[in-house]
Amino acid sequence: MNIVVSIKQVPGTTKVAINPATNTLIRAGVEAIINPFDMYAIEEAIRLREKFGGKVTCITMGPPQAEEALKSAIAMGADDGVLVSDRAFAGSDTLATSYALAMGIKKLGKVDIILTGKQAMDGDTAQVGPGIAHWLDIPFIAWVKKIEDVMKDEKIIRVERMMDDGYEVLEGPLPILLSVVKEINEPRTESLKGKMRAKNFKATVFTAKEIEADPDFIGLRGSPTIVNRVFVPVRSGKKELVAGATVEEKVSKVVARLKESKLVN
Amino acid sequence: MAIRVITEKCVGCKLCIPTCAQGAISFVDKKAVIDVIKCNYCGACIDACKKFKAILIEIDRKVSDQDLSLYKGVWVYAEQRNGEIASVVYELLGEGRKLADQLGEELSAVLLGDGVTCQAEDLIQHGADNVYVVDNPKLKDFQDDTYAMAMAELCEEYKPNMVLTGATALGRSFIPKVAVILETGLTADCTQLEIDDYTKLLLQTRPAFGGNLMATITCTNFRPQMSTVRHKVFKKAAKDISRKGKIFTKVLADDLLKSRTKLIEFVKEVESTVNLSEADIIVSGGRGLGEAKNFAVIRELAELINGAVGASRAAVDAGWIPYSHQVGQTGKTVCPKLYIACGISGSIQHMAGMQSSETIIAINKDPNAPIFEIATYGIVGDLFEVIPAMISAIKNK
Repeated sequence: MNIVVSIKQVPGTTKVAINPATNTLIRAGVEAIINPFDMYAIEEAIRLREKFGGKVTCITMGPPQAEEALKSAIAMGADDGVLVSDRAFAGSDTLATSYALAMGIKKLGKVDIILTGKQAMDGDTAQVGPGIAHWLDIPFIAWVKKIEDVMKDEKIIRVERMMDDGYEVLEGPLPILLSVVKEINEPRTESLKGKMRAKNFKATVFTAKEIEADPDFIGLRGSPTIVNRVFVPVRSGKKELVAGATVEEKVSKVVARLKESKLVN
Repeated sequence: MAIRVITEKCVGCKLCIPTCAQGAISFVDKKAVIDVIKCNYCGACIDACKKFKAILIEIDRKVSDQDLSLYKGVWVYAEQRNGEIASVVYELLGEGRKLADQLGEELSAVLLGDGVTCQAEDLIQHGADNVYVVDNPKLKDFQDDTYAMAMAELCEEYKPNMVLTGATALGRSFIPKVAVILETGLTADCTQLEIDDYTKLLLQTRPAFGGNLMATITCTNFRPQMSTVRHKVFKKAAKDISRKGKIFTKVLADDLLKSRTKLIEFVKEVESTVNLSEADIIVSGGRGLGEAKNFAVIRELAELINGAVGASRAAVDAGWIPYSHQVGQTGKTVCPKLYIACGISGSIQHMAGMQSSETIIAINKDPNAPIFEIATYGIVGDLFEVIPAMISAIKNK
């Protein structure tokens, strides 16, 4: 079974810098990690391989240093890693990113299952996964909290999709793209053997030309959304530690205000 | 995309050199030269050269072949499941009405499902001028394929200027596919929508980095301009039973409504008495509860004030309560009118998921807990004393 995991390298900190000219993020000089949601996708891919055999390939789009994310994935147990990287991809929004990743995955050849985290921790859009699925013309199921079964011969997968008020059991044909939520598993830590492999690992790099990307669909040029302004939000409202000699006194002050503002009756 | 130095303006001050993380800038004949192979277009040098403005980035963007002037009207996706309209839809109709009036355009709702036509009047009474309905047994269950195809088909035919969708599990699942089909931009999870006075573009403001940054995004050259919008950000539209509007029933070709995935069953979560993302009041418990059975006190308070039960990651990871209750970056993002955090110290990740709540009450033993920094009212004390006191104070009318 060929499993591809689409991952993203994100800043490991919430301190961020913005490029004033293009209003894109400055990623240099900030500690980078694998998007935490993608860790569940990598783990699930490895578990599928352990059960059904096959190969786990991680793919990411980013600058050359995003290779580090692929190395971490190798250390966890992924078999291979591909870096979609080209200056022509700079400034891509979710539409352009999903296109480039889809073209990269196409170049990998036959794929049965594509996994990705439910969203990236920095952008929080959850748009790249469904985008990739559409470009590849394969079905997509979001918010997967469990893979119940893979019927290898029938090429059907059964999963549980988390909704706001419960979950749905769905079936879909392979190949398919699933975005997974935290509940699906507990990601393993890097093994010693994995770390050794990662040390010598060199990611295959796909350039825009190699994936035959249409220049009109990549980078800033292929991105319909334009970031006009980035700012730090101002938190308004007064904050207070409620004073009082006893718990009852503090509580009655707060409850009185809640009743005043009709938040509780 | 291109970056270049305007040689005449460069004074040779070299201030740009240390700002370049890529080491792409060198000086030749006392003028800056940028190595475009090394450059990653981060723009730090442009900032350093503010005084002389000698460095320029030129951004080349694709222009649409659409006639943008043909795209008119504000659309709201009227999400329904089992015939019940999601509450966020009324919020979108309220906000959509304002945007439409500002533009002098119409507000329309899109209703997809099986046996849903009866809901159209209700949408009109909440502000829609038109309702586009696709009522088809094939749309009985929500599936990405069928819903996305139906929505995209309507957009291609009627050419809306803007499409607003609730940032629900359902909306965030299928709307990205619609945007890709239409090859237009989609801005996720907006918390503010405005019309630019001059360009009439939709200014879509959204949080990123767990709310530590806000970004205002436009979809300048393509239509429709699409956004998903968070719950509880906008006021619900008022109902006016005298309002009149038009209902357009659209029949779509059967081969358009083919789903590759199919629903086997829906399992309702046992404990979700109130849907967390739609709740007006949330009472959350964290590590301070100590053990699973102590969630009883959280539930008691929640029940009393008609709230939903939330939890911090620590409580979920300890196995005290299911993941569906988790609030925070790896759980749900919520913004209720009232959020009561009990025994939650306030990790950055937790606060990212709830800091936009209108009123926040924090109850914690530790006066230095970070949660107090964002709490409207902070109560330092043992939650096992504070919550019972609160319950009796609320009961005591």
